[in-house]
Amino acid sequence: MKKIMNQPKDVLNDMLEGFCYTHEDLVSRINDTGVICRKFVDQGKVALVSGGGSGHEPSHAGYVGQGMLSAAVCGEVFTSPTPDQILEAIKQADQGAGVLLIVKNYTGDIMNFEMAQELAEMEGISVEHIVVNDDISLEPRQKSDRRGVAGTVFVHKILGAAAENGATLSQLKNMGNDIVTHMATLGVSLLPATVPEVGKPGFDLAEDELEFGIGIHGEPGYRREQLKPSKGIAQELVSQLKSELQWEKGEHIAVLVNGLGATPLMEQFIFMNDVQSMLQEEALVVDYKKVGNYMTAIDMAGVSLTILRLADADWKTYLQHPVQTPAPF
Amino acid sequence: MLTVENTTTWLVTFTDKITQQTAYLSELDQAIGDGDHGSNMARGTTAMKAKLENTAFTSVSELFKVAAMTLISTVGGASGPLYGSAFLAMSKQAEASTEDVPAIIKAGLEGIQKRGKAERGEKTMVDVWAAALDALDTNTLTHHTIEEAVHETKHIQATKGRAAYLADRSVGHLDPGAVSTGYLFEAMLEGDIIQ
Ligand SMILES: Nc1ncnc2c1ncn2[C@@H]1O[C@H](COP(=O)(O)OP(=O)(O)OP(=O)(O)O)[C@@H](O)[C@H]1O
Ligand SMILES: [Mg+2]
Repeated sequence: MKKIMNQPKDVLNDMLEGFCYTHEDLVSRINDTGVICRKFVDQGKVALVSGGGSGHEPSHAGYVGQGMLSAAVCGEVFTSPTPDQILEAIKQADQGAGVLLIVKNYTGDIMNFEMAQELAEMEGISVEHIVVNDDISLEPRQKSDRRGVAGTVFVHKILGAAAENGATLSQLKNMGNDIVTHMATLGVSLLPATVPEVGKPGFDLAEDELEFGIGIHGEPGYRREQLKPSKGIAQELVSQLKSELQWEKGEHIAVLVNGLGATPLMEQFIFMNDVQSMLQEEALVVDYKKVGNYMTAIDMAGVSLTILRLADADWKTYLQHPVQTPAPF
Repeated sequence: MLTVENTTTWLVTFTDKITQQTAYLSELDQAIGDGDHGSNMARGTTAMKAKLENTAFTSVSELFKVAAMTLISTVGGASGPLYGSAFLAMSKQAEASTEDVPAIIKAGLEGIQKRGKAERGEKTMVDVWAAALDALDTNTLTHHTIEEAVHETKHIQATKGRAAYLADRSVGHLDPGAVSTGYLFEAMLEGDIIQ
């Protein structure tokens, strides 16, 4: 393991300190917690709180700021944050209109966020949560087990703008659930990630192999193959997304090519170029597109591709809504 | 019967076992999960041990509650809310009676199942909690019965938690949460809780 760090157990703290120092104009940290709050206050508006294990930077703390999240709860690397910290985030974020929790679909996250929701409700705060499960990897086969991955940032962006626009808690919850059903993501991994406290790669992948459908914590994918050109990877991902989303010609979509941590932008743009020519063949209208590291998996090499069908015209407007966050969006 | 003394000893012994086996637990979790069960449990139980050793408790119920809250706020992952919910439920039951140890374990198991919605046979810690409860009910809790229950998880295909992602490839591996639960009951045996 070769990493710029001090003690593996201090990774979270040291990272958050550096992050808050860098972005002190936008965010601050609640002392002794992994909670990052925005400095901007939007009284009377619903607050969005997200979070999960760390190692996915810039998610989620990078999206705390005006127009997106009110707070992010950062757990240990690849480990869900604890209910007491999520509760702190909820209490800090609430501006009287309630709090929507945006949770990725993992057992640990669900249980910790649900516990926090129960605790907050006991303190009289209105809290709802939505579960993002956009990863369509063919493993797991059960749809309810599907993981939450990069598409989560589209949910942050759209709901963030809608919240700023004055949407109510129940409107935001419904909109969030609606977005999730119109969105799918699929990833490919070329090299595994190394969790600092573990010290060795999470799985083995041969020099000339790639694996489709690996999760952002290294959860096993659905197929290993010989490494192939970018075009071939784009073909696999786009055709899987197509069979899931069942889009029609002329439909409007948003596209996200997301780097998993160790894949340079050069390769991400090459991949986007191949994706775009396939989407053109499908006669899709791409209204919004992004390339970059949005939801990483520490130092995993690979990319994921997210497609969101813009079923509601507002979603496009909200995606384009300017934000002020540590990570550009 | 549970007392403040033997319950403290029980949970401290549990912590020491976790601390000794941190790397092993993470290794098990790396095979079928995400490799953090050892560090999660070590972080949580160490904090719990410090709390237990520095607090003067007036009841077992209060002790379990503090243990639960400490675990909930330090473990993280899936096992934090699960062990936390178990100890919270045990705290409630201990308020009613500290004589009936099986009833307290039963409450713990129910707490876990309420939170995690896992049934027996899904390759989780529930399997060992349930087996230990059966053994307590029949006065047959021994190192051997615990080991057997833990070992049994090896043959099961996981349908809950991270290991479920592996489907049939989860067969042949021990469940890390089952192993840590095994330590909890071994620690219980080593105290003077059950005669
Ligand atoms: N629904 C459930 N019910 C009971 N036990 C469960 C459930 N899900 C997981 N477990 C137990 O939790 C153990 C894993 O705990 P661990 O501390 O590794 O959390 P995790 O699943 O990695 O969480 P995270 O994804 O947040 O890191 C499993 O070995 C299993 O025994
Ligand atoms: Mg784990």
